[in-house]
Amino acid sequence: MKDWRYWLAEQRGTLLALGIFIVMFIIYTSNHPAGFTANVVQTAANKGVLLAFVAMAQTLVVITAGIDLSVGMIFLLTNCLASWLVVGTPMQTALGVIAVLAAGLLCGAINGAIVIYGRLQPIVATIATGAVYYGIGLLLRPFPGGSVNEDLADAMTGRVFDLVPASLVVLFAIVLLIWVPFSRSVLGRAAYAAGSSETAAYMSGVPIRRGKFAAYTLAGLLAAIGGLFLTFFTYTGDAAYASGNAYTLFSIAAVVLGGVSLFGGKGSAIGAIFGALAFRTIGDLLFVFDFDPLWQPLFQGVILLIAVSLGAFALFRVRNRLEWFL
Amino acid sequence: MSETTLGGIAGRMPKFIRRADPAVLTAFACIVLLLFVGSLYSRSFLSPEYLLQQLKVASFLGVIATGMMLVILLGQIDLSVPWSVAAGAMMACAAAAYGPLGVALAIPFGIFCGVLIGVVNGIGVAYLRIPSMIITLATNAVAQGLMVVYTGGFSPQDSATGAMRFLATGFAIPGVPNAVIIWALIGAAMVFVLTRTGFGRTVYGIGNRERAAYLSGIDTRRVVMIAFAVSGGLSAFGGVLLAGYASKAAQSMGDAYLLPSIAAVVLGGTSILGGRGSYLGTVAGVILITLLQSILSVMQMPEAGRQIIYGVVIVAMLLLYGRAPASR
Repeated sequence: MKDWRYWLAEQRGTLLALGIFIVMFIIYTSNHPAGFTANVVQTAANKGVLLAFVAMAQTLVVITAGIDLSVGMIFLLTNCLASWLVVGTPMQTALGVIAVLAAGLLCGAINGAIVIYGRLQPIVATIATGAVYYGIGLLLRPFPGGSVNEDLADAMTGRVFDLVPASLVVLFAIVLLIWVPFSRSVLGRAAYAAGSSETAAYMSGVPIRRGKFAAYTLAGLLAAIGGLFLTFFTYTGDAAYASGNAYTLFSIAAVVLGGVSLFGGKGSAIGAIFGALAFRTIGDLLFVFDFDPLWQPLFQGVILLIAVSLGAFALFRVRNRLEWFL
Repeated sequence: MSETTLGGIAGRMPKFIRRADPAVLTAFACIVLLLFVGSLYSRSFLSPEYLLQQLKVASFLGVIATGMMLVILLGQIDLSVPWSVAAGAMMACAAAAYGPLGVALAIPFGIFCGVLIGVVNGIGVAYLRIPSMIITLATNAVAQGLMVVYTGGFSPQDSATGAMRFLATGFAIPGVPNAVIIWALIGAAMVFVLTRTGFGRTVYGIGNRERAAYLSGIDTRRVVMIAFAVSGGLSAFGGVLLAGYASKAAQSMGDAYLLPSIAAVVLGGTSILGGRGSYLGTVAGVILITLLQSILSVMQMPEAGRQIIYGVVIVAMLLLYGRAPASR
């Protein structure tokens, strides 16, 4: 086979997600009353990047064949934290941003330590740590409120050169700064290897523990960037349990739509980003078609159900029935 | 196994202690400890009325955790508990609005809705081979969507039927709350199924190694599906009881039961990887968690503190005895 064929096979999930997103976005903008304008794109981008960051976080963990059910709660916690810290003079604001990101890193590191060095199952461990993060968030913001440095917030949610949404530029920068180095580093390779076959990776001397730990930790950081952006958009912090849960859920949907295998070892954060953008656009389609907003949770749930059921097509390739149980 | 490995002091202990699961013993020890700590805070903590009240509150969680345990024994997990609980409660209350027939069928209808959610989970896990945590999250979202559409985003106005209230708060036998009797009956049935029937043995077998169970000629997929259906039904029944307790259903009434039901099962010594665990442990876990909640509320701990302590306690206890074997 030619090189480009390998590349295509590897990127199939990502390209599929990109395709779904483009089709959905065309349907969305062509039915939007305002049409394809910079404003519409900006609003859509701002809503989309929130989920994109959380989905990237989820991807890192899912690649290691784990799952992080606390990403939504880290997102909430950092949102609440940012509504206290990211204020004041530019210097104070910068320190606040650093503190918020550090808090996210810490949350991720705690998850990683418990799962990897404590040898607990990721599902149970992250549900429990999620409860802790939510509790801390609630402690910080028992009621919605707080504020944020509005100059920074407006810059982050506005447009660059009055054309490109700034949030998309930041998303791109984060991909270049975090995802690309990670996926090409030894640690990133180790995370992939651990997800695809932990025993084999261990036997070949791959540093799987460090790789997995790095994945969980960076996931916390990415969720924190999402939380920071939520603060930029809303100017407030709010510890809403349902919202945290929804982001966890949607991040899994985005990951699945983005072609990342839930069994680990396959997929990329780029795919998850397009999955997230597509998922958001699909959810918004209801509005441009004038449906009752009440139907949105059901609609999103059904999309999620269909998306996860698509994985069942792999069953058609099963030749030996024992492969069911792998 | 324990006979040979323990020896010494343990060898001279009474047989029932030697045979007991250390995890279950730890859980019961923690219950005694919690009772002691609670009695320091308030004298009435050890009174029979208070303990019976705790047992009543525990029985709602107990019913839900019973279903969760069945699924965890398979090595799977059911994350659709929150909205299975809510759907059971809401649908039972909704049925009550349709005249006398509706009132009569309210409880079965509520449970039926839970079974339906469970069957979808079961088909996804057993036949489509989707990881259980993913498909159950998805059905949870769908159930939530359906309930939001049904109620129009508000809390439903229908209230619980007399029968539901009787089951949750009444006393058929003087002094013993009905909810406790129901939990005891469901628990007894579960113990019977797990220890005395082929189905129970199959559940443990699948939890240990599904391929082996399949190769020994068992229709493992059907067993998995039934287990999920039972779990959904029991979650919904728990919701029905809760609705009877509060005399109405509410939007997010099930949210508070996901972590506790998993935690109760796992703290009771059931392996999260499946195949190992006893119902006695789950009973211990349920009581342990209920007492913990009760002490936190006696201490007037706000919701935030409760969530934090809760998560920390669960992680700490899991680190004590719920760890997976070292890899390789």
